[in-house]
Amino acid sequence: MRTLYDKIWERHIVHREPGRPTLLYIDLHLIHEVTSPQAFDGLRSNGRRVRRPDLTFATVDHAIPTLNRSLPFPDKVAWNQVETLRRNCSEFGIRLFDLDRIEQGIVHVLGPEQGMTQPGLTIVCGDSHTSTHGAFGALAFGIGTTEVEHVLATQTLPQTKADNLRVNVEGDLPFGVTAKDLILAVINRIGTNGGTGCVIEYTGKAIRSLSMEGRMTVCNMSIEAGARAGMIAPDDTTFDYLEGRPFAPKGENWERAVDHWRSLQSDPDAVYDRTVEIDAGELAPFVTWGTSPEMSVMVTEAVPEPAMGRDEASYIKALEYMGLEPSQPIEGIVIDRAFIGSCTNARIEDLRDAARVARGYRVASGVNAMVVPGSMQIKLQAEQEGLAEIFVEAGFEWRDAGCSMCLAMNDDVLGEGERCASTSNRNFEGRQGRGGRTHLVSPSMAAAAAIAGHLVDVRNWKFRS
Amino acid sequence: MTPFVKHTGRAVAIGLANIDTDQIIPKQFLKRTDRSGYGEFLFFNWRFLPDGSPDPGFVLNDPKYATSSILITGANFGCGSSREHAPWSLLDYGFRVIIASGFADIFFDNSLKNGLLPVSLPEPIVDELIKLSTSDEGLKLSVDLEDQIVSGAGLAVRFEIDPFRKESLLSGMDDIDFTLRHEAAISTFERDSMPIYRF
Repeated sequence: MRTLYDKIWERHIVHREPGRPTLLYIDLHLIHEVTSPQAFDGLRSNGRRVRRPDLTFATVDHAIPTLNRSLPFPDKVAWNQVETLRRNCSEFGIRLFDLDRIEQGIVHVLGPEQGMTQPGLTIVCGDSHTSTHGAFGALAFGIGTTEVEHVLATQTLPQTKADNLRVNVEGDLPFGVTAKDLILAVINRIGTNGGTGCVIEYTGKAIRSLSMEGRMTVCNMSIEAGARAGMIAPDDTTFDYLEGRPFAPKGENWERAVDHWRSLQSDPDAVYDRTVEIDAGELAPFVTWGTSPEMSVMVTEAVPEPAMGRDEASYIKALEYMGLEPSQPIEGIVIDRAFIGSCTNARIEDLRDAARVARGYRVASGVNAMVVPGSMQIKLQAEQEGLAEIFVEAGFEWRDAGCSMCLAMNDDVLGEGERCASTSNRNFEGRQGRGGRTHLVSPSMAAAAAIAGHLVDVRNWKFRS
Repeated sequence: MTPFVKHTGRAVAIGLANIDTDQIIPKQFLKRTDRSGYGEFLFFNWRFLPDGSPDPGFVLNDPKYATSSILITGANFGCGSSREHAPWSLLDYGFRVIIASGFADIFFDNSLKNGLLPVSLPEPIVDELIKLSTSDEGLKLSVDLEDQIVSGAGLAVRFEIDPFRKESLLSGMDDIDFTLRHEAAISTFERDSMPIYRF
């Protein structure tokens, strides 16, 4: 009667005693330029080494340019961070997927794409969207820099077991409704702290029917519901995705691995602390209207009226920031920018969805739209599949891989008052640039908005061939 | 880590729910490679107008609250990004205690590991403290970790904290030193229990 989370947890216990957090072994540690420098400084000042450089991988993604990568880049402070990571990796013997590598990309795109992310592993990274990797049936969660240092030094983390929340999604997603809409609906339902203190397991037919890309989108935004980790039990979809990837087990080890991975299912009588039921058939494309990912409605709806009670101050502040009025229909909200990218929605399937909408159209005049692939490998694949050509012909900017305007640490930034249809994960005030206004949507919704010049319901799109 | 035992100071309130770490410290300040000096960037977009001058409408710019060291705020404080720069900037600015009806998990852990005490109290009490902090005379509070009591303005409220975390804060213990006491157990795990993978 154990859940998937229970099973992975128990398998990784190094030490436990009453009244103390459990010491958990970490199988895979991913690091990047922004949250690791202080951790390496800590190691050095205490004369410590990296215990398992072989289980640690690095890439650069957060603050790097996605246009013109001639080095060093003009942002000297960001450049220093990249150089610092290079020095740290070389000093401590850590493999780095640097800017000149085809593998380089957003850390949560790279791990799965290279086959490092595997079922049953414990995976951490100094980034809250580490929850993405749970799509493979791994226990994966974001950590702070002090914890990064702890993992570097000990390959373990002291952890207190979380509650287990089950989100069961039955039925089929209707045409035009994607994994992104599904997770926005979950966040809308349970609230942005509905999963606080929990690990979410997503179950049900609608989840099983998702591709790995879709499952990653769902698990990725678990943190936007407050849950440090989201997970989905592995199945043939998972194994098919992993087989043959560079770091996936090979030959006899592959067979043994798959045998073990098949056992990573919650028992039929497993007990969860709480279960939320969602009917996929009732969902439509979702759009956020406010400054928290829970502030969303279906595209056919309007900006809601103020909710009476506690959160009124947040509601009024959000609407004022977003420059919207209560009862204003979502369709028809005029946009200035569109961003297709981020660890939520920059994988090949996301780009295919967006390209299908963009084919044969032009980006509306006055709209700036960009596509930022999740990794250089995806960029190459999209070019080979002819997706890049569709985007470029339609007037989208076609960029190099990185986090880009999801958090706008590089030059990809919204201007004051600019409104953006974005496939990223956070619509916080100033997230994409000070004064910038973010509407979170799926890749096809973002592409449709870029072409129409305003938010539209992609279910009514006239596709061109 | 600086130990936390007891702290007395003036309180200031930002009575909004879901204040995320992007508000606490915006991304443009995450490019530095050290742990200190982030206080001047705390709540940057709320504290400063686009021209760089202080926004007189923001509570931290009110001279009345200039010396505050206890922040009272709404539910789910610290949600979003895992950036540890959030507690670093709060501490560097001068805060030692955050009182809220709830915290986001990663922020909560990051705070404890830096000696910044997150205190969870029931919503009605938080609302009352927010009201008291905006009164003419302001609000001075004492937070005693040993006894787990927040007191001031005639109130005395007990708060809960995990005993291990309490002990760590009181002693200022380094987690890594504690974990390395179990070095032998880590080595045994590595020898006997590693899953099948070949990185």
